[in-house]
Amino acid sequence: MTGTLAAVGAGLAVIGAGLGIGWIGSQAMQAIARQPEAGTKIQTAMIISAALIEGVALFGVVVALIAK
Amino acid sequence: MKRTSILTTLILAFAFIAANPFAAAQDHDIKESQHEQSDQQSDPGGAIDAEESEFDPSEYILDHIADSHEWHLYTNKHGDHVSIYLPVILYSQNSRLNIFSSKHLAHSNAYKGFMIMQEGERKGRIVEVDEEGVINEEKLPFDLSITKNVAAMIVVAIIILWLFISLAASYRRTGISEPKGMQGFLEPVIVFIRDDIALPNIGDSKYERYMPYLLTVFFFILVNNLMGLVPVIPGGANVTGNIAVTFTLAFMTMVITNFSGGKGYWKHIINTPGVPWWLKFPVPLMPVVEFIGVIAKPFALMIRLFANITAGHIIVLSLVSLIFIFKSVAIAPVSIVFVLFLDCLEILVAFLQAYVFTLLSALFIGLAVQEHH
Repeated sequence: MTGTLAAVGAGLAVIGAGLGIGWIGSQAMQAIARQPEAGTKIQTAMIISAALIEGVALFGVVVALIAK
Repeated sequence: MKRTSILTTLILAFAFIAANPFAAAQDHDIKESQHEQSDQQSDPGGAIDAEESEFDPSEYILDHIADSHEWHLYTNKHGDHVSIYLPVILYSQNSRLNIFSSKHLAHSNAYKGFMIMQEGERKGRIVEVDEEGVINEEKLPFDLSITKNVAAMIVVAIIILWLFISLAASYRRTGISEPKGMQGFLEPVIVFIRDDIALPNIGDSKYERYMPYLLTVFFFILVNNLMGLVPVIPGGANVTGNIAVTFTLAFMTMVITNFSGGKGYWKHIINTPGVPWWLKFPVPLMPVVEFIGVIAKPFALMIRLFANITAGHIIVLSLVSLIFIFKSVAIAPVSIVFVLFLDCLEILVAFLQAYVFTLLSALFIGLAVQEHH
């Protein structure tokens, strides 16, 4: 993708993804620390939420790719 | 069908593709020499001159992500490209049906009035060009060529058919028993899709109708994702990173969802219960929002799969092209280690994206067939 503005846009999308998935990860770790028996369930839910949020962030990257 | 005869068919099919008489060494193309994956330090014949254009990483990456009419195998030590030239099938108004090997169109040759656009908005598409060299950019011929992605999809279809036909055959032979071999690997996955994706979302009474679609979509996406990570033929074709392919998958989900929708589903869209009347009647805001939702949910499916897979490929290609940017072999170990790590992450992403696509499809179908509570 050409154009620095497109690159800046992609970077902002990545910040959003990083914050979102970091938040999920931290909450998941706290939950597992509170209740280790529920560990696998929490981990599965965490991975699914991370995939969905990453999808949203990649919308931003795709728009940046399209913008020339 | 016995498993050995299926395996024989698979090997024969692959051998046919690989030994295709269209494969040939091509003359050394100076620009393409920079796309070599196996860069030798010595430069026979001085082909890469100082006046050559610099290695352009973005063009290298985009060329490898995009579809193509030839399947590049390797570059031999003379710098010649060895590729399989896939058939080009065109239908144009002027000359009706044309089928020929894409070898004729290599290196921007024109053949029978067709050529591949090298630049501009229609880069990579086949256009008609008449004797004077005037390109007709408005009306492109109808292109049904077997491109790299189509060939890869055919290979994946053969793999999936082989896996599941032999699985069903072995169940038919031995009945429900202890799984062994391929059964042991596929059965938990199929049971997982039935018990954790289809049953909770679609419901006890109706999930069986949709199991074939969910299983097909899951394995199609999974095998294509994994094949995209393998750099040797028949892998490495980036099928699920092609937005037309993901569009088709999402479109199928949308068609199935909307055709399974009962009265309750359409009532929720047109006349959502629990919403005040002034959002529906004179200006139908709520129905419009719900209609947008009908389109937006499969659209998100399409973009999610496309972007995740393409982003992964772009990252791996960027790390490999680091070697060519720095023009030093010392970068190679660092780069390869990063690439291996990212490939592991990509395997996770491959499974995850197949799972998420299937899960969301099941969710949408479940919402559509849900009975009125």
